[in-house]
Amino acid sequence: MLRERGQREVFCGLTGIVWLHRKIQDAFFLVVGSRTCAHLIQSAAGVMVFAEPRFATAIMEEKDLAGLADANEELDRVVDRLLERRPDIKLLFLVGSCPSEVIKLDLSRAAQRLSAKHQPGVRVLNYSGSGIETTFTQGEDACLAALVPEAPKADSNTAPSLLVVGALPDIVEDQFRRLFTELGIPRVDFFPPRKSGEIAAVGPNTRMLIAQPFLGDTARALAARGANRLPALFPFGAEGTTHWLKAAADAWSIPEMDFRRIVAPHRERAKRALARSRETLEGLSVFFFPDSQLEPPLARFLAEELGMRPVEIGTPYLNRDLLSEELKRLPAQARLSEGQDVDKQLDRCRADKPDLVVCGLGLANPLEAAGMTTKWSIELVFSPVHGFDQAGDLAALFARPFARRALLKV
Amino acid sequence: MRIATAMKGLHYVLHAPQGDTYADLLFTMIERRDARPPVTYTTFQARDLGGDTAELFKTSAREAYERFQPEAMIVGASCTAELIQDDPAGLARALKLPIPVIALDLPSYQKKENWGAAETFYQLVRTFAAKVDGAPARTPGPRPRCNILGPTALGFRHRDDVVEVTRLLGQLGVDVNVVAPLNARPSDLSRLPDADFNVVLYAEIADVAARWLEKNHGQKIIRTVPIGHNATKDFIAEIAAITGVDPAHVLADANARMPWWSRSVDSNYLTGKRVFIFGDATHAVAAARVASEELGFEVVGLGTYSREFARDVRAAAEKLGLTALVTDDYLEVEKAIAELQPELVLGTQMERHIAKRLGVGCAVISAPAHVQDYPARFSPQMGFEGANVLFDTWVHPLVMGLEEHLLAMFREDFEFNDGAGASHLAAHQPAPSPAPAPISAPIASELIWSREAEAELTKIPFFVRGKARRNTERFATEQGLAVIKIETLYDAKSHYAR
Repeated sequence: MLRERGQREVFCGLTGIVWLHRKIQDAFFLVVGSRTCAHLIQSAAGVMVFAEPRFATAIMEEKDLAGLADANEELDRVVDRLLERRPDIKLLFLVGSCPSEVIKLDLSRAAQRLSAKHQPGVRVLNYSGSGIETTFTQGEDACLAALVPEAPKADSNTAPSLLVVGALPDIVEDQFRRLFTELGIPRVDFFPPRKSGEIAAVGPNTRMLIAQPFLGDTARALAARGANRLPALFPFGAEGTTHWLKAAADAWSIPEMDFRRIVAPHRERAKRALARSRETLEGLSVFFFPDSQLEPPLARFLAEELGMRPVEIGTPYLNRDLLSEELKRLPAQARLSEGQDVDKQLDRCRADKPDLVVCGLGLANPLEAAGMTTKWSIELVFSPVHGFDQAGDLAALFARPFARRALLKV
Repeated sequence: MRIATAMKGLHYVLHAPQGDTYADLLFTMIERRDARPPVTYTTFQARDLGGDTAELFKTSAREAYERFQPEAMIVGASCTAELIQDDPAGLARALKLPIPVIALDLPSYQKKENWGAAETFYQLVRTFAAKVDGAPARTPGPRPRCNILGPTALGFRHRDDVVEVTRLLGQLGVDVNVVAPLNARPSDLSRLPDADFNVVLYAEIADVAARWLEKNHGQKIIRTVPIGHNATKDFIAEIAAITGVDPAHVLADANARMPWWSRSVDSNYLTGKRVFIFGDATHAVAAARVASEELGFEVVGLGTYSREFARDVRAAAEKLGLTALVTDDYLEVEKAIAELQPELVLGTQMERHIAKRLGVGCAVISAPAHVQDYPARFSPQMGFEGANVLFDTWVHPLVMGLEEHLLAMFREDFEFNDGAGASHLAAHQPAPSPAPAPISAPIASELIWSREAEAELTKIPFFVRGKARRNTERFATEQGLAVIKIETLYDAKSHYAR
């Protein structure tokens, strides 16, 4: 395995706000940062997404740097104005950024102060989405970890319940809920919930299935509350989803025969949906630049279920604990790299000449212009890709660049 | 970054945390550039802060030089790096690279993007176009010669403006010596003095540099921005005046269609359309002139986020009897638009969001802009062709000619009605839907609308309803009326018809 430190061509954790602000419908995200932060989420994200956002930036100016007292006063004023304009907000996240972390602005104290001021209507929490501490999806991890203390306590007499951890598209949640019900798991909750008031109670009888590979801190925080993690592959593709569901079925001692009977039709449907993309992708090599930490499970899916050959699997951070099942199943010849030195990685990529490069938006067009076929990785985070009924869509995301190449005569 | 990315043979080493690299994708995605911006970020992390971030900077700068072999390098610190005070300038000097290294001091907590771009360009020009004693800078030639200054990467239609203005200058018999910063190399900047005058297309970027060139090399500055038909004519006249060329054949350009398009009877319906304008100073001021003089719109609001050029925008607003809105808070802009109830917004991408929310038509006239505003086709804002483009783009979002009348006459038609919007736009919704324009709170809170008057108001088509409401309320306030009745509505209509 390659560990690299150099220029990292990645997003910071603030970017997670772009999907998180839609997931929890009464939450608002206020970034405490510089104009650059505001530009990232308002222009870069805001320019691409046409909707009234539930996020904003409290911009730190020179006078805020001079005295921290002023910065706090300014923050209080911004929050007052925001809550007045948006009375529908029940949960407010103050999100730390690089500058707020460097000047050590204590947002947890600010959150306590503001919570006291605006209770009982509004809870104010904080987390850091700064680039010096978080890479892209780690922002979601930091956000969810901050939400864990809000979960009510379930004691040891509570009946066992299943907690699915990770922000999933609503449609995917609904599919999983139906499957768990069919399997006979009575109580299933999702974290984060769709409404801030609906956080599931957590205790020693909580069993958790992690749905996203980047949620290390959240998993640890939930474990500290007594929850037990069910180790599994991540629910990508027919195999990954089966393995993931099986972990829950085993924890509820559901008989093997019942599990197979219930899961088989869904699994077959997923496999049928994969067949078409497999025709395109089988035998092709793929190179992952680090982006979301989804890279190892996706590489496993592409290798096992679509017959692709991963040459390099780059990930910004490798969580060996959460990925223990995945790592066992990665092809031995694939190069695993953690961290990044983008220019050296580009050199390796050019030398490998992969058939498909999975990379961020900053690299995709330049690589396409150099004749490579690319898949922008951000779409893998912004589309429903988990579970049986999305397996075909997930495969199609990788097949589409080839289909387009074949189609175009320009 | 817009300067470094615009140029060739220049590399920017930026002391910045990871995450700041998102800036690359503004260029590779929004502008669809086919190469990475020539920027190396040090991407320090929290664990580096305790250690040696200065050493990290030096390593990054040295490796960037070795890998990219640029003609020159610029070094600077992002907002976060500014706080850790590593002094990139001193560190870069210590490396003793065999190329010019220009240190930028861009205080990001005080100043904004356009200021930073202008300062960067100025520092580059100063470094490379320094006066050489003895040698005459301008080599003699039969034709007048100028530089075009200001176009950058990620600029709003800069690519096409340069083509159009170069063509215009060529028709006038003026040669273009250097275009900068777009596609210029550092070595091209040293040729800047070899021209008679400078054309500043975007003052936000090039004004400081042009003033330095005027002072040090005696080059006159053409400041008229040729956006719109009349401004293009002024631009041509100004160049003719300082060069002595004959402009007649250029002024008679047969491709200048905009005046006839605007005078033709079909355009009658454009008369008095209420328009709100917001953007950088260059585009906002130009748009105000085009809207009022060349399209016959009524400019009801004018503003900018360019504080450095607020004076120009204030002057333009005053000419139209308005007070300019100078702010970078989009909520303030939203409030102004909601209050003024325009029928068209000319703005940036932010105003486009606002206009969409308020159900008002919008055309983008200035950066920051969406990927859609970087079109594949030739689509300049400047010159006669630019004026043609402005006519097409600004008229498109409006409800057109006869349709406007039909909507007023048969407002309850089930598929062609008030809530449906202009039928040629994608947003047209034939299904019954709530009217998109929310009826805002009265301007004067003591005013009360009677139920009948309120109902009558909803019979007025959405694109003029706001105007009717405003006029009626203003009329009622002036008349000292507390309650607005149907009669008040029509009295006001008659009052303002005079």
